Amino acid sequence: MAADALSATRPPASRPASPLRRLRRALDRHWYGWAMVLPVVIVMAVLVLYPLGKGIYYSLTDANESNVARHIGMNHIPATYHMVWFKNYADILSDGYFWGRLVWTVVWTVCCVTLQVSLGMALAVMLNRRVRGRAVYRALLIVPWAVPAFVSVFAWRLMLNSQYGVFNSVLTHLGLPAQDWLGSPTAMKVAVVIVNVWIGIPFNMVAMLGGLQAIPRELYEAAEMDGASPWQRFTGVTLPGLRPVTATVVMLGTIWTFNQFPVIWLMLGQTTDDSADILVTAAYRLIGSGVSDYAGAAAYGVLILAVLLAFSTYYRKQINRGEAVS
Amino acid sequence: MTISSAASAIETAPAQPSAGAARGARATGRPRPRGERGPLASLLLHGGLVLAAAVAVFPVAWVLLISLGPKNAWQDPGLILGHLGFGNYRALLTGGGHEFLHWMGSSLLVAVATTVVGLLLSASAGYAVSRMRFPGHRPLMWMFLVTQMFPAAVLIVPLYNILAALNLLDTYQGLVLVYCTVSVPFSAWMLKGYFDTVPVEIDEAGRVDGLTPFGTFWRLVLPLSRPGIAVAAFYGFLTAWGEFAYANLFMSSDKYTLPVGIQTFATAERADWNLVTPAAMIILIPAAVVFFLIQRHLASGLTAGSTKG
Repeated sequence: MAADALSATRPPASRPASPLRRLRRALDRHWYGWAMVLPVVIVMAVLVLYPLGKGIYYSLTDANESNVARHIGMNHIPATYHMVWFKNYADILSDGYFWGRLVWTVVWTVCCVTLQVSLGMALAVMLNRRVRGRAVYRALLIVPWAVPAFVSVFAWRLMLNSQYGVFNSVLTHLGLPAQDWLGSPTAMKVAVVIVNVWIGIPFNMVAMLGGLQAIPRELYEAAEMDGASPWQRFTGVTLPGLRPVTATVVMLGTIWTFNQFPVIWLMLGQTTDDSADILVTAAYRLIGSGVSDYAGAAAYGVLILAVLLAFSTYYRKQINRGEAVS
Repeated sequence: MTISSAASAIETAPAQPSAGAARGARATGRPRPRGERGPLASLLLHGGLVLAAAVAVFPVAWVLLISLGPKNAWQDPGLILGHLGFGNYRALLTGGGHEFLHWMGSSLLVAVATTVVGLLLSASAGYAVSRMRFPGHRPLMWMFLVTQMFPAAVLIVPLYNILAALNLLDTYQGLVLVYCTVSVPFSAWMLKGYFDTVPVEIDEAGRVDGLTPFGTFWRLVLPLSRPGIAVAAFYGFLTAWGEFAYANLFMSSDKYTLPVGIQTFATAERADWNLVTPAAMIILIPAAVVFFLIQRHLASGLTAGSTKG
């Protein structure tokens, strides 16, 4: 691409430039843009890309808390871990535990994103009408977003307490059985999904609201002229009009939910039952308990990243293809 | 349409009647015009919104209620209404209070610094990516998105080593830097979308008047992008204000931030809900203030880029 841009501006008579001269030209042309992104690039390189590379390297070793380089008092103890190449990956992938966690992570992500996006869209459609008290409704509906995640988690832990929680009082008043929300495997999973959906709806709602307001009114009027029912207007005008926003929030929501650490960890991290652990919290457990298994956690991380990269590449391709057709 | 008028149009447009005739029609009792709701539809609409709003607000209201009750209120919420008071707040601020205010100071410092540093970094990068077609701008955009996918589990140990090597472990500066790696990519990505909606003619006018590209950005485009900036600031603040995993590992007890500090009130064995609930409400206040200051910009700030395609 760089070469294209240069050759387009190069006078036809000139000789092919040497790499050094091309670099100089590129520098002359683009130094401003580069200078403006340089701080970000440096910060990201030092604090994201380098750690990532190092994390990948760790995943190929047997590094753990007892064999990495460390200081004890004044003494420096050198590292004694070695390369084991793909042993960590082979161990993880041949273990049923990983696959169980992966399945639950996918189920968790699909449930959360589907509910967040559909409920967010429903609320946005409702709020986008002329309705009395619209501003008040909107302010109230945004509340879960304004609350820091860990505060929300505390609020829900209080409400879901099996003995004194308000959730169970409501259930028993309705004649339903009380649940051990933070103890029994199925109830735990339902609980974390509820909490994460509650937290995530406002973002989706607000994004969709912005998208709805960008749909030209004339489209609705034209659809009405043609006798389209409200449902047909929704599927024929609203949904396609929201497509760019939906594509973005589904993509971001999937990435965020797949990596949703605080909700699950702060809700359930201290329980001994790890059945609601997604891949990220399972990896954190490897660092947090016993002799920290740095290599194992890093290998988990690389696998998570691989899954997300595969998903986002595939998803973008689908979106682009869809746009080319429609 | 300029950006500011677009933003205010988004604010007000649906609240105004789209068909001027609709209002008059109701008064004169003519049959309902096209697009007007029947009473049943109105009831359903309000019912749905009231229910949703209640679900959205309830957990926060519940914590507020418990926090105002006596010490054991969380075990017996029925007692609270007769005994409202600030006893729990007093206990938090005086008993464990010294610590609490200290954590609060740490959190404020880190959150404000993250917001400011993050904005400077992400805005200039977002602008460069939006306006300048330099080699590497596509990979950079891709990197902004991909960094969202990096799980803390891979980064946390190497980051710990790096901060240790730079002597930034257990310092506020180190934590701010780490938080910037979380907030900057998303902010830059979002701001790029927002800057895309600012007409290029504005930049050209700036250039004609002899401004440098950075001057154009700083003096013309930035002021026009207030909604986008506000949303990015909000995102940066909340990222730092509520982060737990990194702060937990990188900071020692005299520099705890609020999320980590509060965690010490609620351990596996027991939770001091009489301290957690007032602490939660106090933590909520700065976040809520920031939030409601910028909330009218949220819709336009977030979606400007993606709706444009």
